[in-house]
Amino acid sequence: MSTTLVLVQVLNGLQLGILLFLVAAGLTLVFGVMDVINLAHGVQYMLGAYLMVTASAVTGSFWLGLPLALAAALVLGLVLEWLVIRPLYGRDHLEQVLATFGVILFVNEGVKLVWGAGPRAIPMPEALSGSIRLMDGLNYPVYRLALVAAGLAVAGLLYVLVTRTRAGMLVRAGASNAPMVSALGVDIGALFAKVFAFGAMLAAFAGAMAGPILSVEPGMGDGLLILAFVVIVIGGIGSIRGAFVAALLVGLIDTLGRSFLTDLLKLVLSASAATQAGPALASMTVYLLMAGILIFRPRGLFPAPA
Amino acid sequence: MRCGVQSCRAGLAALAIAVSAGVAAADPVKVGLVATLSGPSAVLGQHMRDGFLLAVKEMGGTLGGQPAEVVVVDDELKPDVAVQKVKGLIERDKVDFVAGVVFSNVMGAVVKPVTGAETFLISGNAGPSTIAGAGCSPFFFSASYQNDQNHEVLGQYAQAKGYKKVVLMAPNYQAGKDALAGFKRYYKGEVADEIYTQLGQLDFSAELAKVAAAKPDAFFTFMPGGMGVNLVKQYRQAGLAETVPFLSAFTVDETTLPATGEAALGFYSGAAWAPDLDVPANKAFVAAFEKEYGYIPALYAAQGYDAAKLIASAVKATGGKLTDKDAVRAALKKADFASVRGNFKFNTNQFPIQDFYLVKVGKRPDGKVETMIAEKVFAEDGDAYADKCPMK
Amino acid sequence: MTRFAQTLGLPLVLFLLLAAAPLWADTFTLSLLARAMIFALAAISLDLILGGAGLVSFGHAALMGIGAYGVGILMAEGVSEALIAFPVAMAAAGLFALATGALSLKTRGVYFIMITLAFGQMAFFVAQSLSAYGGDDGLSLAARSLVAGERWLRGPLAFHYTVLGLLAAGALLCGALLAAPFGRVLRAAKDNERRVRALGLDPYPYRLVAYGIAGALAGLSGALFANLTEFVSPAFLSWHRSGELIVMVVAGGMAAAALKAGGLGRPGSALLGALLVVLLEEALSDLTEHWRIVFGPLLVLLVLAGGKRARGGRT
Repeated sequence: MSTTLVLVQVLNGLQLGILLFLVAAGLTLVFGVMDVINLAHGVQYMLGAYLMVTASAVTGSFWLGLPLALAAALVLGLVLEWLVIRPLYGRDHLEQVLATFGVILFVNEGVKLVWGAGPRAIPMPEALSGSIRLMDGLNYPVYRLALVAAGLAVAGLLYVLVTRTRAGMLVRAGASNAPMVSALGVDIGALFAKVFAFGAMLAAFAGAMAGPILSVEPGMGDGLLILAFVVIVIGGIGSIRGAFVAALLVGLIDTLGRSFLTDLLKLVLSASAATQAGPALASMTVYLLMAGILIFRPRGLFPAPA
Repeated sequence: MRCGVQSCRAGLAALAIAVSAGVAAADPVKVGLVATLSGPSAVLGQHMRDGFLLAVKEMGGTLGGQPAEVVVVDDELKPDVAVQKVKGLIERDKVDFVAGVVFSNVMGAVVKPVTGAETFLISGNAGPSTIAGAGCSPFFFSASYQNDQNHEVLGQYAQAKGYKKVVLMAPNYQAGKDALAGFKRYYKGEVADEIYTQLGQLDFSAELAKVAAAKPDAFFTFMPGGMGVNLVKQYRQAGLAETVPFLSAFTVDETTLPATGEAALGFYSGAAWAPDLDVPANKAFVAAFEKEYGYIPALYAAQGYDAAKLIASAVKATGGKLTDKDAVRAALKKADFASVRGNFKFNTNQFPIQDFYLVKVGKRPDGKVETMIAEKVFAEDGDAYADKCPMK
Repeated sequence: MTRFAQTLGLPLVLFLLLAAAPLWADTFTLSLLARAMIFALAAISLDLILGGAGLVSFGHAALMGIGAYGVGILMAEGVSEALIAFPVAMAAAGLFALATGALSLKTRGVYFIMITLAFGQMAFFVAQSLSAYGGDDGLSLAARSLVAGERWLRGPLAFHYTVLGLLAAGALLCGALLAAPFGRVLRAAKDNERRVRALGLDPYPYRLVAYGIAGALAGLSGALFANLTEFVSPAFLSWHRSGELIVMVVAGGMAAAALKAGGLGRPGSALLGALLVVLLEEALSDLTEHWRIVFGPLLVLLVLAGGKRARGGRT
């Protein structure tokens, strides 16, 4: 394994981590601020991708389609908040889990009725469809670099929003003591609705951006939802910074595990045993990482102040 | 779910009554069609179901002259759910045939409850090696293929083409391991790397970097469903498509091509069928299918269509006396129907002996993308497990 | 009277209905009920820790799957005797629960949910890589287990009453545990851990024992499940199934609370949840391929309608 290959894999890991961060950011925000476990976050990611399929087809352009899809996702987020989430504030986590699980079933079936069961595609924007040569025989699509840049931009934007603006201050205050903020004359209900819809839009942004490199299909958000939960739990619930670090960590560990674990095992095991154990272990690395971190830090890497 | 839509069951029954006015007092033939219709793989089941129902519709709602009733159930790609559903088909609906089944792990779970109840099971897709070999059953017929065969096509092609070094890749599960074993049965050159990926994997950049680093003459993969869509797109985007030929099975077909589009142009696959296969029955089937459903049929649709025709042939030959199991079995074994695959007959293990082709993704005159026959690789090919089956 | 309804009324009615089922049910309905009862046993064991101790395990299907694989692997190795295989399945699942529980119980809340998911996923991937036992394709059982050398589990009636009997035993055990001082410590620690510690009690060993017992019971349900389907598959261990079990327990708790006949932490409610979910899925999927578009909103409505009453479980 050459140094170039290792570097390329590190880049791949970072890029997967950024995608995970885009999904996890909204989840941890809603969880941390509103204390709501929103399992429907995964289907919001999927809806983003499907809305983008339609929006980019209707407008004929990626760049015109993106704001349209995001606006639609924002509206759907507000509707979902109003219909299902609002009555769940302050309720038991398990009840939130059950209700949002119901939303998953409904939306997964709904997209099949609306867009069909087969996989769909989002065309890659012309301007970003080039590629650069990373190593002999391997190109790196510019689009993936754009994805990384978009992820970093979202991270920066969130940081500024939460720590430097009045809205962010209210969000932080609302998270630690909602009744107090409410007593001070702030409409906490409206604030929560905005946060939730913003989270939905972040998930949809991730889905729309992932569309050109991934298959858009029913249930595409389910597996990613689990990974996103892994990320926010490792990072510490409610912590955007934690989600960012954990997403990169998970992306890197997963990618490097898939790339090199089998070869490493071959150094200590027979070749056939290594090809048996390697892939199984590589699938587990993320979960081993999470279990390991939680055993030593039961509230994640960056626990929110109690 | 009974029948894709409730109306479909009712509709077929009505059709059957209208047609059977001329048919002498007949018990309806009841077929349970098991397909995966939920989750990301639902599209495969949808193709199979639509192919099967198209055949029944074309025959005027009958199978072999008897009015037909098709009960469609969704196995949800969960083996235990599938077992529950086929028990319902057999014990409650009292079906005469169970047909369909997309995935091998589902087939592994249902084969015993169905054949154990002495009900005929007609596979519309899955063909695991155990059922082709020592676990073969007089009540099991495959209207599809044995799982290894499509992979062997690419192995043979890579060998004949003189590729010196290949990289193989499949998801880390049984079907993936079988796929690579099937390829290696005919390919004798160097295998630079065997990469096993996670089931349901989204991003393949790490694996593609390894492929590029190995600099192989060709790349072979088995990556069904949405995973295949992701891989095909990313393979093209990584620029590998220009340098390393993409050989595959169940990865580029008409279920995934709508999503991959032109990214898959020039990619190879192995199959016993393609929409442009030059057989009269096939021309008619593809045209009727596109007219009826508005999309291009895939392998699964063709196999579902053939499964219905196979059942019809047996019903007809026995005059509808489906209680005589030996007679039905003898009739099924003759495979007396016009397969969309042309050459089609049964081996001793009741899997097909048929031709296999290298197919290549190309563009039709109307701009749509589909797989097209490139060359015949195996003629009248039986599978590698038939001699392990005690049936003669 | 209300107190009677809350503790014994609901399970009594359900058990009587299940016991009388063979009077009217055909063999298919019996196998459907067996499936529901097996899930009910798993749900009751999950409820012991979920409702009783407030610990939401998202890896419960793995325990069930380990029990199923226990029976499957032993049978592949030539041991078909249920009197050996079932205890082994229970011990394997119980030990796995104790080992992973010892680590998981250091965490709380969502962190506990996720760490149990992690261990469940590890078990799933191990099952998937068991090439000798079919790997992802699963493992077909030669037949149902023997009981003292006899093949009577093959009969639908005998199987029905075997499952019913074990389910009743499991429900009684969990009910008794929850009513005993042991259960009171669990509940007190769930409501206010600090106060329990102030009384000089460490809840950790109580929780661990409860988790181990829940694991063994889940293993038993897995052993029965393997016998029902005569097949074991890694899919039995998937997180989807763990999620379904949580849905059964929570939906059952809420439905029972709405009927003023129980709530979380009562075996009768988990039983109701499992029966409701399995039978409703079957009924809806008979109506339309797109049954989830009805079932999803039903769950939402149950939660919204349940409102504050859902707290009517054990307090």
